[in-house]
Amino acid sequence: MSLSSLTTDEDRDVLLDTKIQAVGVDVHYHDKQALFQVDLDIAANTVTALIGPSGCGKSTFLRCLNRMNDIIDGCRVSGALSLDGNDLYAREVDVVALRAKVGMVFQKPNPFPKSIYENVAFGPRIHGLADSRAELDQIVETSLRRAGLYTEVSDRLDDTATSLSGGQQQRLCIARAIAVEPEVILMDEPCSALDPIATAKVEELIDELRQRYTIVIVTHSMQQAARVSQRTAFFHLGEVVEDGETAKIFTDPHDERTQAYITGRIG
Amino acid sequence: MSHSVIVITILAIAMVGFRMGRGRALTLAGGQARSLNSLPAYHGGYVLLWCALPALMLVLAWLALEPAAVRWLVLSGLPDGARSLSAERLDLFYDKILAFASLRNGIGNGTGGADASLVGGAEHYQRLKQLSLFALAVGSIAIAGTGLIFAWNRITPAFPARRVVEGCIRAMLVVSSALAIFTTIGIVLSLLFETIRFFEKVPIADFLFGLKWSPQMALRADQVGSSGAFGAVPIFAGTLLISLIAMAVAVPIGLMSAIYLSEYAGRNARAVLKPMLEILAGIPTVVYGFFAALTVAPLVRDLGTFLGLDVASESALAAGLVMGIMIIPFVSSLSDDVINAVPVALREGAYGLGATKSETILRVVLPAALPGIVGSILLAMSRAIGETMIVVMAAGLAANLTANPFAAVTTVTVQIVTLLVGDQEFDSAKTLAAFALGLVLFAITLGLNIIALMTVRKYREKYD
Repeated sequence: MSLSSLTTDEDRDVLLDTKIQAVGVDVHYHDKQALFQVDLDIAANTVTALIGPSGCGKSTFLRCLNRMNDIIDGCRVSGALSLDGNDLYAREVDVVALRAKVGMVFQKPNPFPKSIYENVAFGPRIHGLADSRAELDQIVETSLRRAGLYTEVSDRLDDTATSLSGGQQQRLCIARAIAVEPEVILMDEPCSALDPIATAKVEELIDELRQRYTIVIVTHSMQQAARVSQRTAFFHLGEVVEDGETAKIFTDPHDERTQAYITGRIG
Repeated sequence: MSHSVIVITILAIAMVGFRMGRGRALTLAGGQARSLNSLPAYHGGYVLLWCALPALMLVLAWLALEPAAVRWLVLSGLPDGARSLSAERLDLFYDKILAFASLRNGIGNGTGGADASLVGGAEHYQRLKQLSLFALAVGSIAIAGTGLIFAWNRITPAFPARRVVEGCIRAMLVVSSALAIFTTIGIVLSLLFETIRFFEKVPIADFLFGLKWSPQMALRADQVGSSGAFGAVPIFAGTLLISLIAMAVAVPIGLMSAIYLSEYAGRNARAVLKPMLEILAGIPTVVYGFFAALTVAPLVRDLGTFLGLDVASESALAAGLVMGIMIIPFVSSLSDDVINAVPVALREGAYGLGATKSETILRVVLPAALPGIVGSILLAMSRAIGETMIVVMAAGLAANLTANPFAAVTTVTVQIVTLLVGDQEFDSAKTLAAFALGLVLFAITLGLNIIALMTVRKYREKYD
């Protein structure tokens, strides 16, 4: 039983539209347990921030949501995770289709060593989303526009992606994720390798993307969580200590550990 | 007393010098190593270098110059009758003196009825050799001692011995790397000069563009069947054919096993399989050679007969297949390393977009690893071109100009072997042809390596 479910009902605001639901999730890496009975609901078309000190399991939880933990040796996930009410870890789930629905942006920008165009076209190509070159061009342009990168790169789509700056590379990775038309975008500390100006651009972008996508973002920066998210979950030592509306978590936390973390006493 | 004793003495003095230098530095510092500019061992090393280096250089120079000096002295001491001989006869006579002197060393001072000038020359030679050895011993040990005293006197607490020693170490490293380079240059130059001599006998165009290879030269005017044709095209074509067959085997198999090892195999499987694959590279090529000649070649021939094809018992196919197996580890091991070096972040990026494992490998990992893969393939290629033993045993000696893998062909390396094996005159066109072949082969592998480097550099700019 996690602490979050010990809170009384009037404290837990009822989500109107739950996109992802986690109930009693445990994760083990070999013998080491990384997550303990995590219960968390993630609302649709909302930015949910996962905060907490290093090693608290927030990235591990994020990687459960598109089953990226599958490729890690010795990682076991148990408990119930569902997307739109469908079990994510059911035997018949196609991981490839799941990851097309739940895109991911990583901590360090990781564009493929290809042209800017090819980076964005990668997902649509492998999922057969475009029937013609013109359609593919359209997808690439739309994705780059939504990622706020199009005007900066429209004249050099054939340049190699690694020639872009770090912030541009990260927005390219976001465009790449958008191009497969996901429903959820997972972001694992997307700004930790970026300078403040690039960070501001990405944060602005995250806010715009909320219109279309459900976003879960892991961040070390509480200011960032406060700026971009509507809901926040605080992880500590592999448990969800508290979750709720961002404003409430930051101004009137229920748990004293949350209080301690946001005021800088732990972490 | 011989040269080795001299060298050992010098080294012993140098060791003593090391201890003395270290001791003096410590004494001067009053036992406080930290008040010295350099650690005591550097002061010891400084004295050691001053002892050993000049003395050893003298020994080396002496060894290099002594024979010529002794020869000049012996010859000028000969009676007039002997000195007026022609240059070639004089050489011969000097060789006789040397032989006689070493004989006398063995059996004592008999004259054995040899003529007076020979005995006189040999005695002169022996005297000079002894004198030379004695002079060298005295000279070099004196230099070592002088060096010791000189360096020992220069030691003060503020003396920067470390800088001097570091400089010497640097110089030694430079000399070693220069040695390798000069050896290569020497080999290339000797190839070049012999090749030029070859082209004096055979026109260069005949060699490079001639279609007939038959290197037998006529010894007599009326000899049959020794036309002496030196057209190298058939043997280069043979080399190319066998190398291509080998690459057709090695590249797909090597690359795919590299992909399996790096992407699919579990940690345990990889720990067993990779060393086992690398054992393939450790098998002596001669073993591959008889495997090719005794097992694969008959198999290929029987298979050909079964299919109604005319297959020679020594075929390019057999040699190429076995060579391909031999170079699999070159491709697989190096490719495996470069594939592993592709960052995990790139793989996760592809997986995160919903790419399957094979899509990730084919579209992301392999393109990123391409420069290294190309490098490994070209390395394997130059290995295939230079390989000799398998081809000698399995592909035959007939210089056929053919693209038929079932025919017997021959390669450059095989021809070099057959040209130089056995009793040969070293100035006949037949022997010199080997140098020309070697030079062209060298040019080809050098070209391949340059292409490999350029490809790698070009793609690296693109992919890093």
